[in-house]
Amino acid sequence: MRHALLIALRDLRERARDRTAYVLALVLPLGLAGVFTLILGNIGGDGEVFRYAVADADRGVIATTFTDEVLRGAATGGAIELRTASSAAEARAMVDKGQATAAFLLPEGLTEDVIAGRAARIEVVGDVDAPTGTQVARSLAEAYTGRLAAVRVAVAATVHSGVTTPPADLAAEAAASLPSTVVAEDTTGRRQLEPKTQYAAGMAVFFLFFAVQSGVTGLLDERRIGTLARLLAAPVRRSSILAGKLLTSVVIGVLSMTVLIVASSLLMGAHWGHPAGVGLLVLAGVLAATGAMAVVAALAKTADQAGGWQAVVAIVLGALGGAFFPVAQAGRALEVLSLVAPHRWFLRGLADLAGGGVAAVLPSVAAMTAFAAVTCAVALVLFRKVVRP
Amino acid sequence: MSVLSCSGLSRRFGDVQAVDDVSFSIAEGETYGLLGPNGAGKTTTISMITGVLEPDAGEVVVAGQPMSTSAIAAKRLVGYVPQELALYPDLTGRENLRFFASLYGAARARVDHVLDVVGLADRAGDLAREYSGGMKRRLNVAIGLLHEPRLLVLDEPTAGVDPQSRNQIMDNVRALAAEGMAILYTTHYMEEAERLCDRVGVIDSGRLIAEGTRRELVEQLGERDRISLLLDGDLAHAATMLGGIRDVKSVAVHGHGLELVVDDARECLPVVLSAVTSNGVVVRSVEVNEPNLETVFLHLTGKALRE
Repeated sequence: MRHALLIALRDLRERARDRTAYVLALVLPLGLAGVFTLILGNIGGDGEVFRYAVADADRGVIATTFTDEVLRGAATGGAIELRTASSAAEARAMVDKGQATAAFLLPEGLTEDVIAGRAARIEVVGDVDAPTGTQVARSLAEAYTGRLAAVRVAVAATVHSGVTTPPADLAAEAAASLPSTVVAEDTTGRRQLEPKTQYAAGMAVFFLFFAVQSGVTGLLDERRIGTLARLLAAPVRRSSILAGKLLTSVVIGVLSMTVLIVASSLLMGAHWGHPAGVGLLVLAGVLAATGAMAVVAALAKTADQAGGWQAVVAIVLGALGGAFFPVAQAGRALEVLSLVAPHRWFLRGLADLAGGGVAAVLPSVAAMTAFAAVTCAVALVLFRKVVRP
Repeated sequence: MSVLSCSGLSRRFGDVQAVDDVSFSIAEGETYGLLGPNGAGKTTTISMITGVLEPDAGEVVVAGQPMSTSAIAAKRLVGYVPQELALYPDLTGRENLRFFASLYGAARARVDHVLDVVGLADRAGDLAREYSGGMKRRLNVAIGLLHEPRLLVLDEPTAGVDPQSRNQIMDNVRALAAEGMAILYTTHYMEEAERLCDRVGVIDSGRLIAEGTRRELVEQLGERDRISLLLDGDLAHAATMLGGIRDVKSVAVHGHGLELVVDDARECLPVVLSAVTSNGVVVRSVEVNEPNLETVFLHLTGKALRE
C-alpha cells in the first residue's frame, strides 16, 4: 500500500503541473454548465414563469374546469401566466409571435364528447424554441385528460350499478370535483433537479470521465517514456503499481468533483443536496468512471490510442446517461438503455436526494459501485499484459 | 565471490528463441561487458536478471537471493539503468531521485550524494525535460545508484551522449567497480568495453558464444599483438637480438623494417625499444597493432557490433 501511495503521489505531483488537466477537470465543465444554464436554464428555471394562452371554443364544464381550476390554479400559484385568446387562430398567433410559450386549444364540443364517451382531445401548440415549456404544457393537458378518463370509468361504473342520477350530471359533478393540484403533482416530482443543478451535475459527471483518464492511462505513459521497466525492476509489487494508478484517478476525480460542486454552488447557485448523500454519489461515481476508463486504457496499445477511445466512451456514456439532456425525454428504449451508464445513476441519485433523505441515494450508489467493481476487476486482468513487457 | 550468477537462462517469444541457455557470473568488483548485435538477446537477458521478465528456464541469483518478477529482496540488491531514458520529464532531477529513493527505501541523503557523483547538483532543481541529452543520461545512471546496489546493470548507458558526459559516466563506473560493486555493462562502443570491462561475453542469436578477457578472446582466435618497426641500421642483427626476448614470439624482416609478434604489445614495447636503441639502431617509426574486440566480434558473429 505504501508503494501504491508513493506512485499515486508522484503522479499527482506531475499532474498538478499540467495546465490542461485543470482545463479538462474544472474550467470546461464549469464553463459548459454555465453556458447550458444561460441558454436552457431560464426555461422553467428558478422564478421562470411559462406564458400560456388558452382558447376555449367549448365553454362546457370540462373546458371550464380545465381553464379555471387547472390553468388558473397554476397561474395563481405563480407557476404560469395565463392569457385568454378569443379563438384558436389568435392563440396560435400569440405562440408564433412569442407572446406565449404554448397555447391550449379547447375545441368546440369537448364537454359533450367527454360525457358521451367519445374521443376528445385538448390540443397543445408549442413554441419550437421553448421545448421545455411546451413539454410542461403537454404534461398539464395529459394529466387532465388522464383524470377525465378515470372519471369516465367511474361514471360508467356508477351507471352500471343502477344509480338513477343522469350520467351527464354525474360526469359534470365528477369533472367539477377534479383536483386543481394536477400541475403541482406533475412538476414537483421527487425525481426532478432544477436546471442549474441538472446542468452543473451533468457536466461535472461528464467531464469526470475525462478527468480520471490520466491516472489509468499513466501506465501506458510509463511504458512510453521507459519508466515502466524501471518500476518493474524496483522492489515493488506489480499490484501496487496498478493500485497506484487507480488511486491517482480516484483522487483526481474526487478533487475535481469537489471543486466543481463548490464552484457551481457558489457561482451558479446549484443545489446539490445533503453533503453526505452527495459525497457517497461522488465517490461511487468516481470509482465507476475510473473503472470504465481503466478498461478502455487496458485494451489500448498506447496512451494516445487510449485517449481517443476513452473520449468516445465518455461521450457515448454521457449522452446515454443524461449528462446533456434528461433521459426521460428520449423515449422508453433509451431510458432503459441508459441504466448501463453511471451518469444516469449519478443524476438519478442526486434527484432522489433532492426529493428524499440521504438513504435515497443508496440504490444509485449501489449501482455505480457494482459497475466500478466489475470494470475495475476486468481492467486489472487486462492490465497484466501491460506490466509484462 | 560471485554477486551475479546466471545459469541456463532461456526465454522464448512465440516462435523466436530470444535467449537460449545463457550462463555467466560476475564477481564482486568486476565489470562484465555483454556484447552483441541488435536483437541478439542482450535486453531480454538483462530483463530476466533485473526481475522485469520471468525466464522460461534457468535461474538468476543475486548475492545469494534468487531473482524473479516478484523477488522483492533480490530486486533491492540490483540497480538498473535502462537503455531508454527512464525519467519523469515533468519532475525535477531531485524529485526523480527522491521518488525512486522512496521506492527502494534509500536514505534521502543518498539523493544529494548521487547528484554530486554524476555532477548534477547545481541543476537538481530543474525539470528533467530541460536537461541536455548528456545530463539526462547522467540522471538515468544516478537513479540506478541511489540504493547502493550490489549489482549495477547498465544497458547502453552512454548511447548518444556528448564526450564529456560519456567520460563522466565511465569514470563513475570505474569508481563504483573499485568500491566493490559488480557491474553488468552493455554497449555498442567497443572502446568503452575494452577500457571498462574486466571480462566480456559475446551474445548472438540468443546464445553466449564466447566469454573471457579481451586477451583470452583474442587468443581464442589465434590473433596476437604486433609491433612494426622502421629502422636504420643492421636489421639482421636487430632481428636476432629481438628474437631472444622472452615475450617476442617471432620476428620477420620486411624491407627496412621488422614485424614482431608479441604476447602483450604494451608491456613488451619498452623492452623492445630499449634493446634496439642500445645496439646503435635508429628507430624511425613504431606501430602497434592489438587485435581488438571489434575484430573478435566480427570473427565470432560475422557482423560489426553496431549493426
